[in-house]
Amino acid sequence: MRDSFVARHPSVLIFLALLALFTLGVTVLAEGFGIGLISTSFVKTLGKTMCLCLIAVAMDLIWGYCGILSLGHFAFFGLGGYMIGMWLMYERTRLIVEGSLAQGALPPTEQEIVAAIGTQIFGVVGSSEFPLVWAFADSLALQLALVVLVPGLLALVFGWLAFRSRVTGVYLSILTQAMTLALALYLFQNDSGLRGNNGLSGLQNLPGVEAPQSVVSLWFFWASALALALGYLLAAWIVSGKFGSVIRGIRDNEARVRFLGYSVEIYKLAVFTLTACIAGIAGALYYPQAGIVNPAEIAPIASIYLAVWVAIGGRGRLYGAVIGAAFVSLVSSWFTGGQIPDLALGPLTIRWVDWWTIVLGLSFVLVTLFAPSGIGGLFDLWQGRRHPDRHGADLGPNAGALREKEATE
Amino acid sequence: MSTLLEVSGVSVSFDGFKAINNLSFRIGQAEMRAVIGPNGAGKTTFMDIVTGKTRPDEGRVLWGERSQSLLGMSEAQIARAGIGRKFQKPTVFEDQSVHENLLMALKGRRGPWAVLFYRPAAADLARVDELAAEIGLADHLARKAGELSHGQKQWLEIGMLLAQEPRLLLVDEPAAGMTPAEREHTTAILVEAAKTRAVVVVEHDMEFVRRLSCKVTVLHEGAVLAEGSLDHVTADQRVIDVYLGR
Amino acid sequence: MTRLMIALTALFLLCTQAMAQDATVQSVLQAHRETIEKGSRKSIGAAIDAIAASGLPQAQDVLQVWAAKEMWQRGGDGLFFRGVEKTGRQVELFDFDSGQSVGMLDRDDLEQIKPNSGVRALIGTALVQFQLSDPDPIRRAEALDAIQRSPAAELLAPLRASIPAEPDPALKDRKMRVERLLTMAYDPDDQARITAIEDMSGDLGVDMRATLNPLLVTRIVLAEGLPATANIRREVKPGDPALGLAAAYDMLIAAGLAQPIPDAEARKALLIEHAADGLVAGIPLHQLDTQAARDAAYVQLAQAGLVPRWSTAEAPEVVVTRHRFVEVYNEPSAAVTEAAEQALDEIEMRVGLNQAFDLGLDALSLASIYFLAAIGLAITFGVMGVINMAHGEFIMMGAYTGYMVQQVIADHTLSILVAIPLAFAVTFAAGVAMERLVIRHLYNRPLETLLATFGISIAMQQLAKNIFGTQARPLTAPGWLDGAWVLNDVVSISYIRIAIFVLALIFLGLFLFIMRRTRLGLETRAVTQNPRMAASMGINPDRINMLTFGLGSGIAGIAGVAIGLFAKVTSELGSDYIVQSFMTVVVGGVGNIWGTLAGAAMIGTLQKGIEWLNPSNTLAAQTYMIIFIIIFIQFRPRGIIALRGRAAGD
Repeated sequence: MRDSFVARHPSVLIFLALLALFTLGVTVLAEGFGIGLISTSFVKTLGKTMCLCLIAVAMDLIWGYCGILSLGHFAFFGLGGYMIGMWLMYERTRLIVEGSLAQGALPPTEQEIVAAIGTQIFGVVGSSEFPLVWAFADSLALQLALVVLVPGLLALVFGWLAFRSRVTGVYLSILTQAMTLALALYLFQNDSGLRGNNGLSGLQNLPGVEAPQSVVSLWFFWASALALALGYLLAAWIVSGKFGSVIRGIRDNEARVRFLGYSVEIYKLAVFTLTACIAGIAGALYYPQAGIVNPAEIAPIASIYLAVWVAIGGRGRLYGAVIGAAFVSLVSSWFTGGQIPDLALGPLTIRWVDWWTIVLGLSFVLVTLFAPSGIGGLFDLWQGRRHPDRHGADLGPNAGALREKEATE
Repeated sequence: MSTLLEVSGVSVSFDGFKAINNLSFRIGQAEMRAVIGPNGAGKTTFMDIVTGKTRPDEGRVLWGERSQSLLGMSEAQIARAGIGRKFQKPTVFEDQSVHENLLMALKGRRGPWAVLFYRPAAADLARVDELAAEIGLADHLARKAGELSHGQKQWLEIGMLLAQEPRLLLVDEPAAGMTPAEREHTTAILVEAAKTRAVVVVEHDMEFVRRLSCKVTVLHEGAVLAEGSLDHVTADQRVIDVYLGR
Repeated sequence: MTRLMIALTALFLLCTQAMAQDATVQSVLQAHRETIEKGSRKSIGAAIDAIAASGLPQAQDVLQVWAAKEMWQRGGDGLFFRGVEKTGRQVELFDFDSGQSVGMLDRDDLEQIKPNSGVRALIGTALVQFQLSDPDPIRRAEALDAIQRSPAAELLAPLRASIPAEPDPALKDRKMRVERLLTMAYDPDDQARITAIEDMSGDLGVDMRATLNPLLVTRIVLAEGLPATANIRREVKPGDPALGLAAAYDMLIAAGLAQPIPDAEARKALLIEHAADGLVAGIPLHQLDTQAARDAAYVQLAQAGLVPRWSTAEAPEVVVTRHRFVEVYNEPSAAVTEAAEQALDEIEMRVGLNQAFDLGLDALSLASIYFLAAIGLAITFGVMGVINMAHGEFIMMGAYTGYMVQQVIADHTLSILVAIPLAFAVTFAAGVAMERLVIRHLYNRPLETLLATFGISIAMQQLAKNIFGTQARPLTAPGWLDGAWVLNDVVSISYIRIAIFVLALIFLGLFLFIMRRTRLGLETRAVTQNPRMAASMGINPDRINMLTFGLGSGIAGIAGVAIGLFAKVTSELGSDYIVQSFMTVVVGGVGNIWGTLAGAAMIGTLQKGIEWLNPSNTLAAQTYMIIFIIIFIQFRPRGIIALRGRAAGD
């Protein structure tokens, strides 16, 4: 069946081939192993971009295919980052603390080491006790499991509550946004146990690894590429079969799917939870490359940007999400990086660092209005493919669909 | 003939308006039934209650040999129990091909895991082809449902209904907006289906109802006004007053 | 009878005059000459009392002069005068009794009396009794203030004495109140104190609580060696929140009943101190990496007598259980403390009730703010079904409009009056423009409307940041809105919040009026329910949608002015309110203004309630509130006031 799967979906093969080529190219050109044409920081940017592409794939799965505009997936992304960050920070601090305590006259006891790590980590929030959430921070295996489990569990509980009460459409979007806001506000507190607005820092240093950042950055780059490839394959496999058929059905007409005998809520919950897990993994790979994770990353705005990427790339097609995330985030960092010369318009000087957000916001409006299928739509033009007129049944079940007749007048 | 569905003493009101008022209704294992009535008589609400979309304020809805109550069940559970529904407006998945539409409706396990690892067996594909032939869409299997004509969409929806292999079909105005030839075909499909299962058809078109040649239930103001053969009910003075007119 | 009275009065007056005549201030001063010269706080009381009690009209003057360091003593005869320093080390002296100048003298022939601060405080206390009967009511009020600032036992008598003659009824009331407070704190008679406490039981004043609380100050002491008369409140077990183990053990050490125990850190230091050649007590140092191993090594050292004795059996938690600890009142009289406890309990209950009322007012004002922020949304989202994520930015735009108007018009009242219609006009225009350019094309696609309006939202936010900068801009309320309406010491509400409440009511009325009584409202309802039908009735749906959207946006602009008056005007002003606004509309029930009102009330009450339960943490309050709302929607998915039936749609 695998042969026919790839054969039926040539875009998957093309995508994987391009990704492999890209990874190889960057490796050859990077400082770590290659000829040093690409700086370490740019390798990190590219690695981070691939993590963003992965969460964009997850977003496309939940929004483009299942019709749920989640404004909360960056919360899962951030949680994944926090989970891995806890181990990285604990373990690195432990090595440092053990090093300094070994200088003392007596070898340190276990309690002394833990107390010293606590003081190091929580000193900034005026505490030295380990909160309960750090119970597994000393175990890489457990924290890695939590990278998937914590976002998954949160998504499961939230999704169960939301879908069970049949909240759909914009209400659901607002509810997910509220969830994200609640989580961000909670993490902003100093006594949340995750260092308040300081967040977790120093994550770029792998504990016990002597290799220079130029090499470590490539490891993460490869890991991100692998995760993206696997995530893309998984998503493509899911949407290609009957499961994909059902979730697209849910997107287009939830009630009809229900009358066919499918438990819509369970399907939504499954997709919501799965994409939350993927988002968690993406976050766990992203933040060690970024070096710091703090509650600002989780703020609702980030999740909305995620929707922007997917919309600009073209939702309902996985490569569209990847293109959107890569394109917008790279262009965004290019503009906000201050490398573009200011534009002088008479008395007004356009400083792109300040004006980029405006351009992004407006271009987003333009895409929504004039190119609903986004950049991915260009491929259709190229292939001459035409979409059926779906009579205004929007990508998503909503109250508006009930008014389609009137609206097309 | 044993009873398949029994609705007794059901009432439901929306903001004080009694949409269904002490309605009782029963249908046997392999029976065709037409439900007619003026607008607002509660035909669609009746279907909503049976399929679990609307919860009645009082009354019982019992299903099958074991007289299982449908009231506590979700729409999906009721559908899995063997009740299929066709909406007034053709609702097919327009972004998906006819083949995908039929495959999705095909009787089978509905759980996410089973569906995720589902690969169509040869028998399933044969069944889809058979259904497509039955509804006259054999040549259109690869086309997107959204590209079909209005009548073809109606047939596709009936085909999806048959694919579910329900024991009871609820069909809401299947002939609306069809050409006479298309109506003919629709009648044939429904009559064929009624040989092996119960079919309830809601229809306004008296000619269409006559062609079905089955027992007729007339609803008015949420209750049964008359029941019997078409000739019997059309002769009923009350039916003439509220529905048929002079 | 009358004649007799007059005669008696005249006789009395003659007597007092006669008494005054045979004593001068100078003679009183001279009688206490040595103590005045010495100026010691301990002994000076007699001198001050003598002057104050002399009944002489000049007594107050003398005390004031003394306190102000203007009293001089003549070297030759030791008489006291008021002195005014002139140029060239000359001092002009005035006689206290006559007030006449008695000539200039060189400083060298004089001694300036410089009372120290302690003495000045005593003089001040003595002066209070004069001030309490001062002809100027302002001075009398000041004297009462002084008494309340630093109450003292000595003030009780003069205060009581001044009450009967007090002409001003308000001041008299205040004097009596202060007298009661002083009585309960300082009266030597316990019964009088109890009576005073009972008199004022249930009084909500902060001064009442400030008087009662010191009466109930307790300390925790060892039960051993406590006098039998001690006013014991209760027995305290070590480990009680009021008495930590360490504190209890320290008390035992202080009482000589226990030995100081070296803690883990100190024992570690001692181990290091006694280490030699990598060994301590014969144990290699590198083995001491657990607490148990370290303890064992320490015990060995202790047995060798090298370090203080320590064993796990002599742990503080064991030792403290062998002693009793009690909490005793500083106040010796049990009857007084009991009365005070009762009074305080009653006051606390009343304060609690009042606080609940105050909380209710707070919640009401917060609800008004949410209602104001959400009412525009109730129109665009609730009535039209258009989700506008840029709604918050319209609020921000209104606030900045208010700020700009204040830059031009200096008068705050006038500027607010100008700003409100102007803000409406600006945001109305912005709303109409947005509806025409964007939303019109997306009417049947709510999710895309959400995203497009979000794009507008981030663009507008950044634009505001580029124009106005990131720092907060002030939008100042007119002076007459400053201050608060104070009901008592517990309940108060600022005028600005009352104004916002009134504004919210006005908007509610306006909304109801427009929707139910005007052509626009009728047409809006028609268009939202069935645009095709409305169109065929000759209503232009495009125009109605445009106007309705403009109206919703315009109201958001006015809400912006109102919110800007008490919140900081920044580019993020809108996004601070957008989620709460949507929550208000969703929780209340979409499409129903009463629902929005109920939603605002619920969210406001909830947030204030949670903040009250956990006052230190407003962030957590918001978190819990959102979680509550998510759960609430489980039970009422369509909001508090829901449309039912098939019309409600799916």
